[in-house]
Amino acid sequence: MTKVPVQFTLNGREQNEFVDSGSTLLAALRDKLGLYGTKAGCHQGTCGACTVIIDGSPQLSCLTLAERCAGKSVTTLEGLTGNGALHPLQQAFMEGFAAQCGFCTPGMILAAKSLLDRNPSPSRDDVIDAISGNICRCTGYDPIINAILTAAEQLRGARKSA
Amino acid sequence: MDNFNYHRPSKPADAAKAMKKAKDGKFMSGGMTLLPTMKQGLASPTDIIDLGGLKNSGVTAAAAKVVVKAGTVHADVASDKGVKKAIPALAKLASGIGDPHVRNRGTIGGSIANNDPAADYPAAVVGLGATVQTSARKIPGDKFFTGMFETALKSDEIVSAVEFPVPKRAAYVKFPNPASRYAMVGVMVAELKDGSVRVAVTGAGPKVFRVPEMEKALQAKFSADAIAGIQVKAKGLNSDIHASPEYRAHLVNVLARRAVAAAK
Repeated sequence: MTKVPVQFTLNGREQNEFVDSGSTLLAALRDKLGLYGTKAGCHQGTCGACTVIIDGSPQLSCLTLAERCAGKSVTTLEGLTGNGALHPLQQAFMEGFAAQCGFCTPGMILAAKSLLDRNPSPSRDDVIDAISGNICRCTGYDPIINAILTAAEQLRGARKSA
Repeated sequence: MDNFNYHRPSKPADAAKAMKKAKDGKFMSGGMTLLPTMKQGLASPTDIIDLGGLKNSGVTAAAAKVVVKAGTVHADVASDKGVKKAIPALAKLASGIGDPHVRNRGTIGGSIANNDPAADYPAAVVGLGATVQTSARKIPGDKFFTGMFETALKSDEIVSAVEFPVPKRAAYVKFPNPASRYAMVGVMVAELKDGSVRVAVTGAGPKVFRVPEMEKALQAKFSADAIAGIQVKAKGLNSDIHASPEYRAHLVNVLARRAVAAAK
């Protein structure tokens, strides 16, 4: 398979990689860069487990060709943790028991982060819509929605006091 | 997914050239259908010509018409202030396609070129009397969709934009499949500025179709009651595990009435 160079921003850092032409961003993240926070679920854009943030919006890394990411900014779950401290969303998921098996959690958190970046005060329906592309097979949706709303509140508070 | 050659041209002419050279090439816009189809082994093109490099996206909304460039993602049509004001039915239709992740990548050009029988956009193109601009010509919406997953596009022809005349009032109502959110049935009802009425149905048949009896009745009187007794024939409609042809025929009437009531 032909190797092609791709230059993109990954979790705030400049990244230069040679990827297999025609391979997905999901494969590059997991198999090449060892970033296992992004989960490989259905590989067909149905489950949302592979959700990452590309240029500010949640997108499916299993349906994104790595070559297409040239010049773009990609955020994965690993990009949320700064200085060893959990992101308020991660904290809220942990405290609210919003992760059961945990497989959908990274995708849920990134879909939620993208929502909160755009809309710091979402309604419950806004949250439900934002994670409607992410399937939780444990069906623990209520704690997930509550955790996102809790994190939103904390982030608003942090912004006010900043 | 089988191996393929990847091309990312920055000009439409180069895209057409790459397609001509390819043994079995496919244009890709957002890739939200093509890539899953390839992963399922249902398509195995030798070449993918990624149209993302054309950077052909954006919306122009004016009093008479809304022009959506082919590469515009559904999320941008759904949130565009001009579209919301000029044709709220179009913004609403775009906001209900798939899920947020798909709406951030799927494009109008890709959707109509693929012509999935359960896709939403074909109902907008036909129901609003739109015109499809391609790299070669203008195709009236009524002539664009020719059959299941088939369009009037030639193999190296690329959709460049869709031009929607602003209607007097319109609404799109769909009964989504709860898992995929594809339309089990979706109905666009529009009263155009010239007074004509269009009723376009997606999801129910092999391709989008109009219901002339309803259009005639609504032209005489634009009210849900006017079409209460008009049923489409179940024969020839889609049948799958989600709905029988009879159920789909029933939904056409119910959703058409709801669309008339909601039209604005």
